[in-house]
Amino acid sequence: MASPLITRSSTPGGSSGEPPADGGPGGGVTRRGTRRRPSTLKRTWWGYLLLLAVGLVFLIPLYMLLSTSFKTNGDIYSWPMKWLPSELTVDNMREAWRIAPFGAFIKNSLIVTVVGATLKVLLAIFAAYAFAFLPFPGKKWLFVIMLGALMVPGHVTLLVNYITMGNLGLINTYAGLILPGVASAFGTFLLRQHFMSLPAEVFEAAEVDGCGHLRRLLSFTLPMSIPAVATVALVAVIDEWNNFVWPLIITNSVNMRTLPIGLMYLKSNDGLTNWGVLMSGTLIVVLPMLLVFLCAQRYIVSGLTGAAAGNGR
Amino acid sequence: MSIDLRAEASRPAAPAAPTARASDRPAHRSRRRRGYALFALFAFPNLALIAVFAYWPIVANLYLSLTNWDFISPEPLFVGLTNYTSMLASPSFHKVLWVSLVWVVVVVGISLLLGVLLAALFSKKLPGTSVVTGIVFTPHVVSGAAIAVVWLFIFDPNYGLARVAFNLLGAESPSWTTDANWALPALLIVSIWKGVGFVSIVYLAGIQGLPTDVLEAAKLDGASSFQTFTRVILPLLSPTTFFLVITQTIGAFQAFDLIAVMTNGGPASATTTLSWFIYEQAFVRSNVGLSAAAGTVMFVLLMLITVLQFRFVEKKVHY
Repeated sequence: MASPLITRSSTPGGSSGEPPADGGPGGGVTRRGTRRRPSTLKRTWWGYLLLLAVGLVFLIPLYMLLSTSFKTNGDIYSWPMKWLPSELTVDNMREAWRIAPFGAFIKNSLIVTVVGATLKVLLAIFAAYAFAFLPFPGKKWLFVIMLGALMVPGHVTLLVNYITMGNLGLINTYAGLILPGVASAFGTFLLRQHFMSLPAEVFEAAEVDGCGHLRRLLSFTLPMSIPAVATVALVAVIDEWNNFVWPLIITNSVNMRTLPIGLMYLKSNDGLTNWGVLMSGTLIVVLPMLLVFLCAQRYIVSGLTGAAAGNGR
Repeated sequence: MSIDLRAEASRPAAPAAPTARASDRPAHRSRRRRGYALFALFAFPNLALIAVFAYWPIVANLYLSLTNWDFISPEPLFVGLTNYTSMLASPSFHKVLWVSLVWVVVVVGISLLLGVLLAALFSKKLPGTSVVTGIVFTPHVVSGAAIAVVWLFIFDPNYGLARVAFNLLGAESPSWTTDANWALPALLIVSIWKGVGFVSIVYLAGIQGLPTDVLEAAKLDGASSFQTFTRVILPLLSPTTFFLVITQTIGAFQAFDLIAVMTNGGPASATTTLSWFIYEQAFVRSNVGLSAAAGTVMFVLLMLITVLQFRFVEKKVHY
């Protein structure tokens, strides 16, 4: 599919600056010159077409979600399909709220996400600082052992963690929801690597001036690490908000459910398939993370591509 | 896993060298001890949580897999390897393993193939590319449960997009998630749709990080762009592919939310993967021992796959 795409551009007429051949890396060397000649457009029109098609494959389901949420049942259950709603309604949203306690779901999701992500980031910052700057016998091995946690598949820990929380009396509590997820191996790793790349002179100067470690952490390390901390925080927020299997297991009353589980509750209580209502509920779950993603796309992409190795830990 | 131990080793060495002799002095010793204490204060909460919630489960799971328990009776009953022998002998568990295998191979294989093709498209940097990469990545940050519900609607044979698509082909849409033949393909489609954007972005980063002189050289030598892609770019991307195969395999083995929302492992256990089996045995049927045994099987499988991939990669991944 993509190969002929590239083939086109290697026609001999062009200099080394032919853009479509290697837009990525090659472009860096010979970037200058007039790129958008008409012939270029002609050669790449189906590149645009592909791009458009790919965009649509991912946009259409999102559009179905958004439009169906505000369509009337008459529009949803008509054939041929009505792509555009003939009128907009919030009845679906109201009905979803009536069937399931979305207020409680939102509150629970917010508590778990805010508290969980905050704790996770704090734990990661302090542990990363310790591994970067403080002495301890066998520190290297502790670090390796900590990273080894990244290899433990989370799904295998569910059962025992459930039993542990049961023994602690924390089933169906916020502490039970939050606690097993706050340890951070990946975040600690990422922040430690970043801390160690900071200019050593600053810390030496701070030490000469008599700054203790806490001061060095708060006044020097953190202000120089805001993008890295933001990355770790955003990944934590997305993980906590979207987490599914642990909240499903550890809570057992409707009022303690988080949004993703609440959505499943809505699905099994809305009659048969009330798509308008279901899409409204889904929109509530999806919208906050969509907004977060729109605002902080760069950090999130870099963070998540790194965190893939971390299994969300 | 690339752990940068060299940076660590070199860092403390610099200030330590001049004070090597002085370290015996009481003032120094107490300062070092204060450093130890502070390390413990800063790092131990995190390490303790990791020990309790990541490492202990592996050990305890191994023990539980040798018992029968239902969460309720006071003590797990030790039964030796019974759970393993009965599980590995049962045809239904073979089917679970088969479904998992299909899931992992199809999802990882197709995601990587489509992902690298998408990355090749994105790397042309046509205007609008950044918008499309953002859109393609979006499903990765959205709740899997939400995506599952949206796709349930899409797969609705009466009012969903599936009907539109099948009508275009002049056919009737199957009732995807309730048909034992179509439920697994439906889940695979959604899983790939959710994950391929991420794969493509990782590949794109890989392509953009390639050494430009090699690509220039390929072009000067008269390689067609197709040849450049298959003979130069793909081999150069093998470290990225390696990273993706491992992480995607581990992720695919643990896929859960799509199954939970869309099929509950059915119909007729057509979509019961190992991850669903582990959940179902423990939290639906209270077969703690059996679930733990299946968990151990998953742990061992993932370890084996990781090790094998590392062994393989020692030979194959190079420029």
